[in-house]
This record gives sequence, structure tokens and C-alpha cells, in this order.
Amino acid sequence: MSERVVRGAGVTRALPFFFALIVLVLATLPKYLGVMYQVKFVQAFILILLATMWNLLAGFGGLVSIGQQAFIGIGAYALVYFADILNLNPFIATLFSGIFCGLCAIPLSFLVFRLAGGYFAIGTWVVAEIIKLFTVQISALGGGSGISLAAFSGMGRETRIAAVYWSAVVTIVVVLLSTILLMRSRLGLGLTAMRDDNVAAGVLGVKVMRYRRIVFVVVAMGFGFAGSLIAMSNLRVQPDDIFSVNYSAIMIFMVVIGGLGTIEGPILGAILYYFLQDRLRDYGAWYLIVLGIIAIVTVLTAPKGLWPLITRDRISLFPTKYRVISPTKDGAR
Amino acid sequence: MPILEWGRIMVWTNAIIQGLLTGGLYALLASGLSLIFGVMRIVNLAHGDFSILAAYAVISVAMHTNLIGGIVLVLPVMALLGYFLQRTLLNKSLAMGVLSPLLITFAFSIIIQNVLLQVYTANNKSILTGRFASESIKIAKNLQIGLLPLVTFLAGVIVTICLHFFLNHSQLGRALRATSDDPMAADLVGINNRHIYGIATAIGLFSAGIGGILFGMRTQFAPSFGPIALVFAFEAVIIGGLGSLWGTLLGGVVLGIAQGVGSQIQPAYGILAGHIVFIAVLVLRPQGLLPKQMGAQK
Repeated sequence: MSERVVRGAGVTRALPFFFALIVLVLATLPKYLGVMYQVKFVQAFILILLATMWNLLAGFGGLVSIGQQAFIGIGAYALVYFADILNLNPFIATLFSGIFCGLCAIPLSFLVFRLAGGYFAIGTWVVAEIIKLFTVQISALGGGSGISLAAFSGMGRETRIAAVYWSAVVTIVVVLLSTILLMRSRLGLGLTAMRDDNVAAGVLGVKVMRYRRIVFVVVAMGFGFAGSLIAMSNLRVQPDDIFSVNYSAIMIFMVVIGGLGTIEGPILGAILYYFLQDRLRDYGAWYLIVLGIIAIVTVLTAPKGLWPLITRDRISLFPTKYRVISPTKDGAR
Repeated sequence: MPILEWGRIMVWTNAIIQGLLTGGLYALLASGLSLIFGVMRIVNLAHGDFSILAAYAVISVAMHTNLIGGIVLVLPVMALLGYFLQRTLLNKSLAMGVLSPLLITFAFSIIIQNVLLQVYTANNKSILTGRFASESIKIAKNLQIGLLPLVTFLAGVIVTICLHFFLNHSQLGRALRATSDDPMAADLVGINNRHIYGIATAIGLFSAGIGGILFGMRTQFAPSFGPIALVFAFEAVIIGGLGSLWGTLLGGVVLGIAQGVGSQIQPAYGILAGHIVFIAVLVLRPQGLLPKQMGAQK
């Protein structure tokens, strides 16, 4: 018997059913859980969404950005604009605001891609600041004090929260599935190669610049969805909050702690961060100091993050990579 | 009518001159950022926060001694802090690829901001300089140059000149350039790269400290001002051209003038005008106004 090449093995085969079960549970939860838990779940979903998107950008695309709050902000404002001013259904508005973010990302990519490495990081941040400064100038969007979302005002509180919960569930399932399918595609293969070695991937025929641009645009759409969800759950968009660089700090924290360049790691990081902030919230500024210290210690002692550390690269919940299984090793087991 | 015209010209001349002098401050903030990048290829995302840290430290020390004492004490401490952080944390992260140093300096930024917030609260503060802040030199009617802005500008020029001579005409500066060009070859000829990196960060934080202190003398500041200082420094570097010391000075001046003219049009447009010039340079002349000319940095 010759060697076999497989994508995932053993336990991972059962996983699609397992995840279908999780989705089913999440979908039926609103019936049994109180409103408060739905709100909490939405918060966690937003964090998972942010972490997954930032990881796709930085972990696979190699684009370390600290300016993705630009798209969170654009997404949030676009949702309010589409839902309130154009009177679209909020769910369709979410879809449109994601697409709008993707469209904005195309010209912006030509601008920020002129910078590399660390300067790219600050460049994206400056772009986010500029977009904020322009947004503040638009009086139709509420200027410096922000704008409230009125689309849900006819609904009762419970119905509204359930609606937001449902949007969050649908968004997170769609985004996670697309991410997995993307990573299993030709593009994903190229991105994985870029993650491991940029130059080598280029030499082997991966169109690095083009792939980066595609990732930048796709990820911008994801951030647009996240921004829409944030606007829907807060019911208000304020420029200083929605364009805050703290989003970048949180995303970097989640991804680095969980495991950069893996699909499962950022999800783990997001869940860990959710509980950490829940615990440390009352400590004010100390909470961010502690997060900063944890991040530094993690980067220096477990640079690959917690997920690979825990699983030792043996378990893959979302199998995207191929492995060679040699018959001898298989037989021995 | 002619008198009114003259007055208008003076108003704009004044805006340009003030902007030019402010440019020296941006150059001070930017030169350290540029040097650290030039030697190690890492961008210190906490650069602005370190300068704000220095400004706060001067306030604290000056309470017990005086302003000069504060400056004389704080600046060497900044350099030592830079050397220490580089030798302990940053050097370790340098070996782990491009991402780790970025993450660590970003974490520094978050930590410094929040420690300052805990210690000094979010209230605006400024470094009190007494008469020094309000004195000015009269050049013409309606045109005065403040002593403090002038000193700021001169400090920017002097630091640039010092760095130029240090990099080009000293033993240590040559070692810095060698490490910048090729760390492995530098190691082969007996240069201790880890020490050199420490020196680069020490100089970087020293100049960031000067910038922060002058910034704190000129305007009110709060713990959250670090990122703004970083953004201005970064724009000065990009406008001037990566890796060029004199370009960085020019970039700072161009940014300062853009902001000065912008806020003369309308106060809210100052920062926006600076950003727009930055974007324009990035689109039209991505290599910067004065691309690398000297062998010092790449």
C-alpha cells in the first residue's frame, strides 16, 4: 500500500455533524435563554468574527494592519444609512454594508499597499483616522456626536434582541464557512504558502500581491458585517468609539493568544478574551495593562499561540491542510 | 486697502512660519522612529507613547527639583529604558519574524497609555516653563516668533545634525550602519549586533524624549496623545522619504506647514490638511520628497 494524502482524519470526520449540532443548538437557544444571554452571545460572536477576519488578514495574508477599525466604522455607519435613511430591511442593509466595505477596500488597498511591514500597519491606522475625520464632517451622519439606529424602534426589546441574535448567528456561520471554504480553495493554498514564506510562495507562482488584495477586500467585507452587528446591538454609532484603535488592540490580542495562522486559534482567543474582559472589566485601565502583559509573555514564550500548544498540531477542527500518511506508521497504529 | 492686504499676507506668513517651527517637533519625534526602523527594520508602535511618558516624567521630577533638573534626569533614563527593553524583550522578538516586534511594541503602547492613565489621570497637563513659553521675538509688524517654537525647531535641526555626524563620522555610527546593511556580515567582523540594536533604541527613545518634553511645554497633553504623536512622526518619515535623516526633517517641516495653513483656513482642518498632504505624497511620490541619499540607512 502506498502513501495516502488526506485532509483531516479520524475524529475530524465526525466534526461536520458536531458543528451542525452546535449551529442547531445556537439557533434554538433564543427560545430557552434569557435576553441577557442572547446579548452576551452576540458580543462573543462579534469578537469571534473580528478575530477570524484579522487572522485571515495578518496570519495568512501577512498584512499586519492596525487600521481595520476603518471598515468596522464604515460598516456601522453604512448600516445606519441603508436601514434608516434608505429604509432597507436591516438584514439586507447588513449585506449591503458588507459589500460597501468591500468596495471601499479596493481603492484603499492601492493606497496602503504602497507601504510595507510596520509602516503598512501605521498607514492603515492613519487611513482609519482620516476616514473618521471625514465622517465627523458629514452632518447627515450626526457629525462628532454620532447617530442612532432607528430601524428597530418599532419593535419590542425582546424581539429586537432576538433579531440581532439571529443576524449574528447567520453572519458568524456564513463567515466561518466561507473562511474554511476559502482556505480549502486554490486561493487558500496560496495564502497558506504565503503565511509560511512569502518569497518562496512568490517564486512558486503564487501571485502574492493579487492574493493580498483579494484578502484585504474579503476581510473588509467581514469587518463591515461586524460593524453592522455592533451598530445593531448598540443602537448607536459614535465616531470615537467605532473608529477606536482599541478594536485593533483587542483583535491582535485574541489572535496572538489563540494562535496566528490557524483557523481555530482566533476562535479560542476570542472566547478566552470574552471571559477575561468579563472578569477584569471592573478594574478599569489595569485590565488593558494586564492584557498587554499577557500578550508580550505569549509572543515571547508561545509565539504560535495557545491552540497549537494545546493540540500540538494533531487536531484540526476545520481541516484545511493535507497530510501525508505513510502506510507503515498507519499499520503500527 | 493695501494695508488690509499686507495684514492678510502677514497672517498667512505667520501660519507658515508657525507650521515650519512645529515641523521641528515632528522631525524630533520622527528621527528616532526612522533610526530604529533603519537599523532593525521594525516600527516602534509605542514611539509616541514613550515621548508622552518622558513629558509626564519631567513633570514629576520637576516637582521635586526644577525643570532643567527634570530634563537632565529624564532623558538619560529614557535612553537606558530603550537599551534595557531592547536587550531584554525586543531582541528576543526580533528573531521571531516581522510580526513579533510589532505586537510587542503595540503592547508597550497599550501598557504605557494605561499606566499613565492610572498614575496621572486623563486630565490634560502641560510642562510649566514660566516666562519662557510666552516670550517672543518681534520680526515685523504682526509677525512674532515665539521663543519656545524657535527652540523646538532648533532642537529638531540640532538632533538631525548630531545624528548625521554620529552615523557618518563615529566608530559606533559606522557599526550601526554596518548592522543596518547586513547584520550577519557585521557579526562576522566583530560587531555585537544585540548591543548595536540596544544603542539604536536608546538613541531613538532619547530623541523621542526630547520631542515629548518640548511637545509638553508647547501644548497640553494627556495619556491618549501618544498615538497622535506616532502618527505625526510616521507622516513626517513617509513625506520626507524612508531612511533619509534630512528627508525626515523636511517631512516634519512640510507636515507642520500643511497643518499650520490648514488650521488658518479653519481650525478643524489643521490635522486633516496634514493627512491630505501625506496621502498626496503617498500617491504621487511614494519614495518621499528626499529619498535615501546617504549610506547611513536603507
